[in-house]
Amino acid sequence: MSSTTAAHHDEHHDHPTGIMRWLTTTNHKDIGTLYLTFSLIMFLVGGAMILAVRAELFQPGLQLMKPEFYNQLIGVHALVMIFAALMPAATGFANWMLPLQIGAPDMALPRLNNWGFWLLPPAAILLTLPFTLALFGIGDGAIATGWTFYTPLSIQGGIGVDFAIFSVHLLGISSVLGSINVIVTILNMRAPGMTLMKMPMFAWGWLVTAFLLIATIPVLAGAVTMLLTDRHFGTHFFDAAGGGDPILFQHLFWFFGHPEVYIVLLPVWGFMPQILQTFSRKPMYGYKAQVVSLWAIGALALVVWAHHFFTVGMPVPALLYFMYSTMAISLPLAVLFFCWIATIWKGSLSFETPMLFATGWIVLFGIGGLTGLVLADVAADAQYHHSYFVVAHFHYTLFAGGMMGVMSGVYYWLPKMTGHMFSERLGKLHFWLTAISFNLTFIPQFFLGLAGMPRRIPDYALQFTEFNMISTVAAFVLGFSQLIFVYNIVSCVRGGKKATDRVWEGAEGLEWTLPSPPPYHSFTEQPIVK
Amino acid sequence: MVMQFLKKAGLGVMLAMISLAAHAEYTWNFPMPATPMAADTLHVHNKFMVIVMIIFLVVLSIMIYSIVNHRKSKGHEAATFSGPSTKSQVLWTLVPFAILLYIDFILMGIPAYHSVVMMEDTKTNADMVIKITGSQWRWQYEYMDGEAQGVKFVSNLTTPQDQIDNKAEKGKDYLLEVDNHLVLPVGKKVRVLLTSTDVIHNWWVPAFGSARDAIPGFLRETWVRVDVPGTYRGQCKELCGKGHGFMPVVVDAVSAEDYSKWVEDQKTKLAAASAGADKTWTKEELVEHGKEVYVKNCAVCHQAEGQGLPPTFPALHGSKIATGPIFDAEGKLVKDGHLDRVFNGKGVMPAWKAVLNDTDIASVITYERNGLGNSVGDMLQPAQVKALR
Repeated sequence: MSSTTAAHHDEHHDHPTGIMRWLTTTNHKDIGTLYLTFSLIMFLVGGAMILAVRAELFQPGLQLMKPEFYNQLIGVHALVMIFAALMPAATGFANWMLPLQIGAPDMALPRLNNWGFWLLPPAAILLTLPFTLALFGIGDGAIATGWTFYTPLSIQGGIGVDFAIFSVHLLGISSVLGSINVIVTILNMRAPGMTLMKMPMFAWGWLVTAFLLIATIPVLAGAVTMLLTDRHFGTHFFDAAGGGDPILFQHLFWFFGHPEVYIVLLPVWGFMPQILQTFSRKPMYGYKAQVVSLWAIGALALVVWAHHFFTVGMPVPALLYFMYSTMAISLPLAVLFFCWIATIWKGSLSFETPMLFATGWIVLFGIGGLTGLVLADVAADAQYHHSYFVVAHFHYTLFAGGMMGVMSGVYYWLPKMTGHMFSERLGKLHFWLTAISFNLTFIPQFFLGLAGMPRRIPDYALQFTEFNMISTVAAFVLGFSQLIFVYNIVSCVRGGKKATDRVWEGAEGLEWTLPSPPPYHSFTEQPIVK
Repeated sequence: MVMQFLKKAGLGVMLAMISLAAHAEYTWNFPMPATPMAADTLHVHNKFMVIVMIIFLVVLSIMIYSIVNHRKSKGHEAATFSGPSTKSQVLWTLVPFAILLYIDFILMGIPAYHSVVMMEDTKTNADMVIKITGSQWRWQYEYMDGEAQGVKFVSNLTTPQDQIDNKAEKGKDYLLEVDNHLVLPVGKKVRVLLTSTDVIHNWWVPAFGSARDAIPGFLRETWVRVDVPGTYRGQCKELCGKGHGFMPVVVDAVSAEDYSKWVEDQKTKLAAASAGADKTWTKEELVEHGKEVYVKNCAVCHQAEGQGLPPTFPALHGSKIATGPIFDAEGKLVKDGHLDRVFNGKGVMPAWKAVLNDTDIASVITYERNGLGNSVGDMLQPAQVKALR
């Protein structure tokens, strides 16, 4: 088929326009855009919640809100950031870029793809609706148990818990649908000649993620359903009085919850090496080793869950097993770090915005990984656990390791998606403000945790004041810096310098062989990989 | 609004810097250890921190070297390797791997093993046993054996609400002060049993290095041996509802003589309380004592004036339960009546049967029926409560 007939073919398609285009679309690029836009909006929503929390923590005493409301904000912040910001961002990239990278015309299951996305907005509404309902005197607000739903606190909770359970069900269905789509697409729709071991690393990262999601989301869905029946239908899965065990819930939750960390991070580990190789102008180091490590981490992720609750009291052999298996994750992770750094080593480096984020990401995510190694130690964990040390640790992995990775990906692919270059100056400003204020927000929290400040408290003893003040001020800088990001994206979508097909000098891969922006239906003629 | 906040924030940072320099109450590390477990934890923590800092700095310097020297703008030509190609290169890539293996399972793994075994050994040479029960939002302590056997009391936050609401200046031990301290003899290994009456709590004193969950329906255990006399403060560290930030732990570690003296005092108090249950009280006495009990235990949810926090915490003023009958015509306890609810709890309402003594329960019920804007007019005698146990 020649390119003129391809264009002709495009015109004959009768696309609905306006809102109906987005509601009914089965086009992978449209759905990718929807996911990414949704993710950005929810990132700002979740960020606003935590800024309110940080404002309350600016000084001792209760200034802005009651403890009940405080507890709702921290839990919903986490649920929003993980389920509605980070995961949809990864799925958005998968939709946009996987078909382009593997030379497929679209995702394998386009209608399912549409449904997968349109489950998300109702889920987000369910999650946050109780806030609004409480204003009208219905119920007592959103879920106030933290994102972990621990029983019996969640059995005691109000309607917010039920809303959150149904929200998690919808989010879970959406994730499983997305995963099925990714697996089918990757395994069946690669261009001729692209063997598995020639696939872009992003496809590998997502493949592992997809399997993890399918393995763990049903367990979470089961756990919260058991919680629902405990709350309303008189079962006693988690109630000792009826022969149940509250700790069973923690086991079920973290069987999902620990792999969830990797579910959020693996797609990022997939595309980061591609960004590093682009701006190093040098082939990726240790492709095979990285693939093996991704799978090893995926496998280990499924068998270390109990290190999230060492303090509940466990038999010594269980403690030792979960400690040593957790430490073992550091080995494949170290291989990845080695490969990332070896990729830039002796390259010909340039530091455009995506590369700035990528290098910053290696360093900051490294801090998250190393503090995680320390946390694996059961004895010291008694002190770290549920203190601000843990809060700082997982923000280094999830904000620096996850969100800053996503930002790097956005800057990397935005010119390809929109056909315009973004403002490099604003991008760099965004990076430096983010990196500096992020550290100033969370380094003090390491010290707060060591000094003995528990997490999830709305008010604190006087010796914690100074570090909290620094952390709050920095958090506001961090929060407002993200407006630069939003502005940069919006103005890039609307116009700007025309982007070339290749965009970045060292970019390699099928997506860069298409025009920027790529046509609505790409690869109408199948590319052949040699 | 934003400007106001920024101004306030800027001022805050300045104040923070000044006070950092002035009285340096902040710390950079775990507090001074008071138990062998905390000493061990601190040692392990310091060692691991040094190890991970070294790893971090080594890797960071390699990266910085590359970032500075391998730049396109400096004309650096990209190499083309994509993996180890010679045998010696393969060996070199295995070196960091081997180092990490050594760090994980030898350097960190072996001391961690010993710490875990020591931490979990609650029974060997234990001198005494105490039971700690977490409830929303207070701790209850009970001495199970030894000279203090039978001593039990509830420990409530004493920081006034005015300080929390910023209406009064905050005291030195803001949020870390309670009415009844847990008192332990110095140098004795105390086996600590933990449980809870409602949700999961976590009994944590940073200077002791032990944190263990208190789980409803189960017993968990840990141990402490405080070697340095003094007062130690900590907090609940598992999210347990709206009062999570307001259930501190305060422990006094005292010499053997002071401990015996304290035990004597406690026993005298217990005897007085049990004698109180046998005498007949006047309504005024009951209401007066009941108000104290109410403020300490009930006001956090049902509020000082009994207005409650609906829908979770119902008002007591005008409440059907608090103004309804306690006993039926045959003198039996009314199911879901006032005393039944206080005794056995329901849903979020805790069961007070095991927490408060007969006098406290009788007087708080009398107060709720005749104070808080209610005027039922009747009263409940401690002896009536005692008879139901």
